Amino acid sequence: MTEMMLPNLTPAYGEILMALGAMALLMLGVFRGNSSTRFISLISAALMIAALFITVNWQDTAVYTFGNMFVVDRFTSFMKILVLVASSLAVIMSIQYFKDEGEERFEYPILLLLATVGMMVMISANDLMSLYMGLELQSLSLYVLASIRRDSELSTEAGLKYFVLGALSSGILLFGSSLIYGFVGSTNFTVIGDTLAHANEHLGGHAPNIGVIVGMVFVLSGLAFKISAVPFHMWTPDVYQGAPTPVTAFFAVAPKVAALALLVRVLYVPFGELSHSWTQVIVFMSLASMVLGSVAAVVQTNIKRLMAYSSIGHIGFALVGLAAGNQEGVRGLMIYMAIYLVMNVGTFACILSMRRNNGMVEEISDLSGLVQTRPLMAVALGIFMLSLAGIPPMAGFWGKWYVFKAVIAKAVENPMATDYGLISLAVIGVVASVIGAYYYLNVVKIMFFNAPEEEFMPQKSFKMTAIMSFGAALMVLFLLPQVNAPILEYARMAAAALIS
Amino acid sequence: MIYTFCFYLFATVTVFSGIMVISSRNPVHSVLYLILAFFNSAGLFVMLGAEFVAMILVIVYVGAVAVLFIFVVMMLDIDYSEMRKGFQKYLPIGGLIGFLLLAELALVGMGWGLSGGVVTDPATAIPALTEMSNTEALGSLLYTKYVFLFQMAGLILLVAMIGAIVLTHRKRPGVKKQNINKQVMHRRSDAYEIVKVKPGQGI
Repeated sequence: MTEMMLPNLTPAYGEILMALGAMALLMLGVFRGNSSTRFISLISAALMIAALFITVNWQDTAVYTFGNMFVVDRFTSFMKILVLVASSLAVIMSIQYFKDEGEERFEYPILLLLATVGMMVMISANDLMSLYMGLELQSLSLYVLASIRRDSELSTEAGLKYFVLGALSSGILLFGSSLIYGFVGSTNFTVIGDTLAHANEHLGGHAPNIGVIVGMVFVLSGLAFKISAVPFHMWTPDVYQGAPTPVTAFFAVAPKVAALALLVRVLYVPFGELSHSWTQVIVFMSLASMVLGSVAAVVQTNIKRLMAYSSIGHIGFALVGLAAGNQEGVRGLMIYMAIYLVMNVGTFACILSMRRNNGMVEEISDLSGLVQTRPLMAVALGIFMLSLAGIPPMAGFWGKWYVFKAVIAKAVENPMATDYGLISLAVIGVVASVIGAYYYLNVVKIMFFNAPEEEFMPQKSFKMTAIMSFGAALMVLFLLPQVNAPILEYARMAAAALIS
Repeated sequence: MIYTFCFYLFATVTVFSGIMVISSRNPVHSVLYLILAFFNSAGLFVMLGAEFVAMILVIVYVGAVAVLFIFVVMMLDIDYSEMRKGFQKYLPIGGLIGFLLLAELALVGMGWGLSGGVVTDPATAIPALTEMSNTEALGSLLYTKYVFLFQMAGLILLVAMIGAIVLTHRKRPGVKKQNINKQVMHRRSDAYEIVKVKPGQGI
């Protein structure tokens, strides 16, 4: 007990850098005031990029530290890269918005930075306790970010709703964790996995203790809230609509990627043995999310609400990969999330450019005849919409291709698996995708064929144009092997790191 | 003998004040009973040999949380009879959720320790009281094995602080603040001047 031993800090250098950076920037902000927001935002983005380079990990073996509570392997590395890219772009996209609105707050980039630290801890969590710590750090920052425009009624409402429901979901998750700890006797993912495997062996493949399953389902529900999978999606449209647009752009990508990464690790490392139990749950959530995301979006008129339902639907598609329950499926999920990131960041860059003299506009009808007033933006948004709809040869199609391919391959190779309805999952998924295509194509139709509306204000920031055009180019060029090969290969290795 | 007497004294007062917390009509009385309950549970903890938990209970719960409760109860003018109105209406759903949670707990109780290969004696993680005091044992775990979680908790509290400031702090116009620099730099000549007044003329 008395000997001092410093834990191995190397795997957590990225997180440490960002946490210390956030504190230093906080001091700077306190002394320099809100006029330093732009500077602090740029430094925050730079810190995230620096952490990205630290995080890239090509090692074959997983490294554990802090008493096995923290793990770094190729899977965490892949997911952290996605999160860091999404977060840094979200910071960059927000600078102009807050300046134009006259609402510059230096705390904004700092909270975003701390939320990203939370997400990275979530991705690296290998213990129920570090899972919860990461999740709370992330969620708490997000609650504040949602209501950062405290003078706006919508923004406050969004923050409050998110907070109350988020606290409830955290409570459910904690309850589940305590049940698991009670039945297994450990909070460590690896130990839980080994114990359950051992129990399975000894009980001769009998169902494990009902208490563990109940605990697992509770933890699953808590995490499903964070990725807004149906039936835990109710908060999403209101929060997306009410939060300031750059915050919504952030919400739509980074937290989802992090929570999904956590979900994958929780399901495969501690509860890999119980896959027959959780597959049903995942299949249901996936089906319900795909159908609801597609159907409910049809009647939306606000583009931020539309994106909320769209994100619910996309999470459903990503979960299809998880339902397949093998390495191929997880690989599909990771490719899906990478493409989802680019599509969403690009779309939000376009939404953030929808500004008229009297402020931001958010109605889909405001996009009428965009092709005549702002052709470049119309083409870019059109490409993103086609990609979100999953129309070949855009990247969105390939994302869906890999998850459905995995699930169908699983169903064909192992006919027993059809018990979970994997084939019907794929069929309903494709149908939902077709229904969803309607509203994405509707946006394209409004932009290209309706009579033009009043012109948007000219783009002041070069960054938005750059993000838009780069994202659109990626969406179109994804089918070239030079573009997709690195992503496919890295996703394969990352999935292999998690599931042997 | 004295031990048993103390136990029953503390236990009875704890249960009594616990009942009073939820049954007294005046919310301020409820909070005061809560404080009494905390003090008595602290006594129970001391008797169990858990002096650290007892101290925390008194310092944190009585010293900070309960005092905060009193402030909130006294500052906010809450109409409690209005709040209780929905009680009947929400009883079925609330009762259902409560029943479900109770069923969960019953499950836990009935199937304790069924997973094979479980650590059967969780108490082994704690060193014997004769070797190391509670406080020392907690400290040596918290700052070594769980230092990561400890630091994360610190970050979460930092976010909570930033959040509270971001959402509530605002610059009010017309607030007069002390400006020490200005006070120190104040010269006699700024404050008054000596005017020679000739008799019969005025200023």
